[in-house]
Amino acid sequence: MENQKTLFDKIWDAHIVKEVPGERHVLYIDRHFIHEVTSPQAFAGLVERGLPLYRKEKIIATADHNIPTKNQHLPITEPLSRKQVDTLTQNCLNFDIPLYGMGHDKQGIVHVIGPEQGITKPGMTIVCGDSHTSTHGAFGSIAFGIGTSQVEQVMASQSLILDKPKTMRITVDGQLGDGVTAKDVILYIISKLTTSGGTGYFVEYAGEAIRSLSMEARMTICNMSIEMGARGGMIAPDDITYTYINGREHAPSEEVWDEAIAYWSTLYSDEGAQFDKEYQYQAEEIPPMITFGTNPGMGIPINAKVPELKDDKALNYMGLKSGEYLVGKKVQHVFIGSCTNARIEDLREVANFVKGKHRAADIKVMIVPGSKAVESQARAEGLDKVFVSAGFELRSPGCSACLGMNEDKIPSGEYCVSTSNRNFEGRQGQGARTLLASPLTAAATAIYGKIVDVRKYLN
Amino acid sequence: MEPINTLTSTAIPLPIEDVDTDQIIPARFLKAVTKQGFGDNLFRDWRFDTNDQPISDFVLNNPTYKGEVLVAGKNFGCGSSREHAAWALGGYGFRVLISSFFADIFKGNVLNNGILPIVVSDQELNQIFLMIESDPSTQFVLNLELQTLQVNDLIVRFDIDQYKKQCLLKGQDDIDYLVSLKSEIEAFESKQVLY
Repeated sequence: MENQKTLFDKIWDAHIVKEVPGERHVLYIDRHFIHEVTSPQAFAGLVERGLPLYRKEKIIATADHNIPTKNQHLPITEPLSRKQVDTLTQNCLNFDIPLYGMGHDKQGIVHVIGPEQGITKPGMTIVCGDSHTSTHGAFGSIAFGIGTSQVEQVMASQSLILDKPKTMRITVDGQLGDGVTAKDVILYIISKLTTSGGTGYFVEYAGEAIRSLSMEARMTICNMSIEMGARGGMIAPDDITYTYINGREHAPSEEVWDEAIAYWSTLYSDEGAQFDKEYQYQAEEIPPMITFGTNPGMGIPINAKVPELKDDKALNYMGLKSGEYLVGKKVQHVFIGSCTNARIEDLREVANFVKGKHRAADIKVMIVPGSKAVESQARAEGLDKVFVSAGFELRSPGCSACLGMNEDKIPSGEYCVSTSNRNFEGRQGQGARTLLASPLTAAATAIYGKIVDVRKYLN
Repeated sequence: MEPINTLTSTAIPLPIEDVDTDQIIPARFLKAVTKQGFGDNLFRDWRFDTNDQPISDFVLNNPTYKGEVLVAGKNFGCGSSREHAAWALGGYGFRVLISSFFADIFKGNVLNNGILPIVVSDQELNQIFLMIESDPSTQFVLNLELQTLQVNDLIVRFDIDQYKKQCLLKGQDDIDYLVSLKSEIEAFESKQVLY
């Protein structure tokens, strides 16, 4: 069949400025998100070279990684963190960039606020100095993480020189069982592909189970594409996407809405399009998942035993033994937050489960909304009261304990069931032991003080 | 960026797979606003314990091994996109990395910082680890122009993107080239329809 293209190809080809000898392309970047950790050296580089910021209207900034999640109205106490956040503020002032910083009513984690404000839209190329930029692919865009040098390149030219990745399609058909969520789906997929199985590929997720997901659930899936090494992940837009975008602050205006939909409706992989690799999974076979080791690929069904590994390093670090069950294991902390799972639907799911219940005595539970807008919505729905009654500590938005760059660290040797995206050694603090799971599993763990199969406790 | 073409050096072996960038440079060191000083914190939590004492059995604390070349297990640099990992490796003194597999964003980051990542086969990687183990003073001879790496009798012909090869040979980065394309970029923008 002639000219059958994948969704990825359609968007990539529409953004080529120039082909560079040696197989690279100069790709135009529609939206550039920045935050305080990966931008300072880029701004400094621009100033050193005497280059102007090429397209200030295409940059959006937030402070999320290095900020406290308590007392955000006070100056940051840690001097290096304060300096880094102040540097972003100053750079945004100097270069006239909108900053959703601390104190702004729309501040939040970069990959939460982009979609929430309607900035992320189908058909775009989107970058950020952060590997979870893949989140925005849920809207049918090519979104990926870049290094600080590339941040500087986009600031200088609104373009990047890139090699084109290969394409992969991961199809999940069927229907998810009760208690099984998007987070379990992506943990399942990564456990099958490993942390390098997607390297060199850009993934498209398809199939009945994917189509049936809400936008927030789709974002959870795309968010963790990087954890299998993929450059990014995307889902073709549809009515669910358009409904989500409609009416948001930066959504296309009413006058052009129909035109926008007409264009977005062309964004799908053609029937005969060829992918370099394909995988198929059946939703009914996916159970609630949990990780046991020190990379996101080390995930198992909640009821399974810790497997044998070819070397002891990961299990020694985690204080676990092959052959043991994770169900029933006491943990000291639960963290509900991060760009993977801190949107309003995640908070509603947790609130629904814990309503009328209280956390177990020996467990500390922290819940960090992904943005001020999510926090306001949660308060408006009374979810904050549910969390407080359950003995959860409700914080202010930020990346928080996902990477423990601020004070929200897990102490050495202690276990944390976390709705975040990485369980590397020391990720949540030196010696911290992270077990990745869905918000539902995390909520159930919080109540029972130990790892449980949430399906046993659903109505 | 310093150009790189020929280099002869001993190598430091790190036969661990899936080394992620949180290990290469932990998050608490990402607070800096410049590119300096990251070498001091390379592999911090593998090099030093919580009392800042060197961990004796970590290879970087073993004086037997030194050099500008790091040989690592497959999937080196996975995880976070932090370019600080490249600055840490470069700051410490590494100019060449050898592995059978590099994570994508990490590979781009090291290339953008004048560090050459060389991909070898699993078999070649094993051979290389064995050679270093039997003789830590084994010389690694690189010629980027010819795309060869020689280690004793082993001659590896490695692949590298031709555009990036020129950048490394000349010590040039992408910005000069991108900025020179201004009229083409403007032409693209004037034709683009986006909602």
